[in-house]
Amino acid sequence: MDTNSVITTNGLTKRYLRQIAVEDLSFRVKEGEIFGFLGPNGAGKTTTLLMLLGLTRPTEGSATVCGFEPQRQAMEVKRLVGYLPENVGYYSDMDAVQTLEFIADLNGMSKKETERKIRDVIELVGLGDSDRKKVGAYSRGMKQRLGIAEVLLKDPKVLFLDEPTLGLDPDGAIRLIELIQNLNRERNITVLLSSHHLHQVQRISHRVGIMIKGRMVAEGSIDELAREKFGVGDKEFTLEEIYMKYFQEV
Amino acid sequence: MNGLFAVYRKELADYFSSYRFVILFALIAMVSFITSYMAGISLRESLAQDAKGSRFLFLMLFSTAGARFSMIQFVAFFGPLMGLFLGFDAINRERAQGTLVKVVSQPIYRDSVINGKFLAGATVITVMIVAVVLVISGFGLALLGVVPEVEEILRLAVYVAMSIFYVSFWLGISILFSILFRSTATSALASVAAWILFSFVVFFGASAVANAIAPVDKEGVDLPTVMRNVQITETVSVFSPMVLYMNATATIIDPKVNTTKSLVLQGPWEQILSARFQSPLPLGQSLLVVSPYVISLVAISLICFAVSYIVFMVQEIRM
Repeated sequence: MDTNSVITTNGLTKRYLRQIAVEDLSFRVKEGEIFGFLGPNGAGKTTTLLMLLGLTRPTEGSATVCGFEPQRQAMEVKRLVGYLPENVGYYSDMDAVQTLEFIADLNGMSKKETERKIRDVIELVGLGDSDRKKVGAYSRGMKQRLGIAEVLLKDPKVLFLDEPTLGLDPDGAIRLIELIQNLNRERNITVLLSSHHLHQVQRISHRVGIMIKGRMVAEGSIDELAREKFGVGDKEFTLEEIYMKYFQEV
Repeated sequence: MNGLFAVYRKELADYFSSYRFVILFALIAMVSFITSYMAGISLRESLAQDAKGSRFLFLMLFSTAGARFSMIQFVAFFGPLMGLFLGFDAINRERAQGTLVKVVSQPIYRDSVINGKFLAGATVITVMIVAVVLVISGFGLALLGVVPEVEEILRLAVYVAMSIFYVSFWLGISILFSILFRSTATSALASVAAWILFSFVVFFGASAVANAIAPVDKEGVDLPTVMRNVQITETVSVFSPMVLYMNATATIIDPKVNTTKSLVLQGPWEQILSARFQSPLPLGQSLLVVSPYVISLVAISLICFAVSYIVFMVQEIRM
C-alpha cells in the first residue's frame, strides 16, 4: 500500500437480506485526483460512499480513508471527508448563514472561526447576494451550491460528491463542475465524483471507475480504458462510448 | 458528547419558533386558566363553609374538579398528547427531507441526533409544565389569598417532576414511532392509537376483564370475589401509564389519600381510627406509598427511550 492513496478498499462487500449491493470491491483513489465514480442507478455507488464514511457497516472486506478505518474511526474520517449526498435536503426555514452555522456547530468549530469561514465559503460558491434568503426559496442550483459550501466549511481533505449536477441547468452544471475543478487544483482536495453526466466527468476526471451491479468492472484513466476496449487512446472515443461498451458486456 | 449540544440547540430553536409549539402552548395555557379559575371559584365557596382551617388548601387548586375536571386529570389525560405532538415526526421528517444523512455524515456520533432531540423535547415539556403550574399558582394566590406552605411547594415540585417523566414517556413513544415508520402521517396515527389504547382501552377495559374473570353477583355479595374482582381490575389497569401516573400523583398532591388501593378491608377498630384521625400523611410517607408507581413510571420512560435508541442505532441510515 503506497502512502499517497487517499482511499483504498479491499474486498468491500455489502449484502442485504435478499440482494447484494456491493460485491468484492477493491479500488484506489490517489491523493489530489478527481476520481469519476460511474455506474447505472442502483449499482451500489451510494452504498459504497456510505461504507467509506462509516455510516453503513460492510458485510465483508475493509477500507481506509486518509489512513483511517471508517468502521473503527468514523469520527476521524468524517472530520476529513465532506459528503454531499444525492438529493441532499435542507431545513427550509433557515437561511444560508443559519444552515452553515448549524453545520459549523456540528463540527465543533469556534464562534470566531465560524463567522469568517462562513463568509469565505459563501463567497466562494457565489451565494453572496442571497445568503439571508430562506433556503426554501432557493433554486436547485443555489441549493446545490449551498451543499458545496456546507462540505467546504470543515476544510475537507476529500470530497464525496454524489450526483452534484443532477437536475441542474447546463449553465449551473458547468459552473459547479468548474468550481469542483478549481477546488481540486487550488486546495489539492481529492474528489470522488459520482455522476451520470459523462461528458462532465470526462472533462475534469483524472481517472474513472465503472461500477455495474455491485462490481467495479473497470478502473483507470479514460485513456487506459479506451485502449483496453478499443485499442486506441481517448482522443478517438468519448467516455460515453467506453461506458456503453462496458455496460453492454456485463 | 460530539454534536449533542449542536443538535439540542437547533431542535430547541426549532420548537420555540414553530407554530406547533405556539398552538400547543396556547391550548394548554387556556385550559389551565379555565381549570384553575373553576377550581379557585369552587374552593372559595367551600372555604366560606367548611374547608376553613384545613391544611394544604393550595394543593386543592390542582386536585379540585371545578366544573368538569381538575388540572391533574387534565395532565393525566391530555399530557400524553403534548409529548406525542412534539415527537411524532422527529426522525422521519429528517429522513424524508434528506437532512438526516447530511447531519450524521458530520463528525458526530449517531446517537447525538436522537439524544439531542429527546432532550430538546423534554426541555420543552419541562418549560410547559412548570409554566402551567406557575400560572395556576399565581391565579390561586390571587383568588384564594392563601400562601403555600413549604411542604406544599415540595409536593408540587415532586408532582412536576413526575409529570415531566410521564409526558417524556409519551415523547419517547412518539420518537420511537418516528423511527419505525417512514411517513409522518403513519407515525402520528400510530402515536394517537397508542395513546387511546393505553389511556382509554386499558383503563376502561380493566373492569370488563375483571367482570369476565371474577363476576360479582348483585345479590349475595361474596367478599373474596369482590376482592378478586378489584385486584384484577387494578392489575390490568396498571398496564396503562395513565393509571400509573394517576396513582403516583394521587397521594403526592392530596396528602389525605393514604393508599392507592381502591378497596381496603378494615376491621371495626380501624374504621373508627381512620374516621377519627384523618390526618394528612407526611411527604416522606406519601412518597413511600407511591414509590412503586413512580419507579415503574421512570422505568417505562427509560425502557421506551432505550428501545428507540437501539432501533435507531442499528437501522440503515438510508432506509
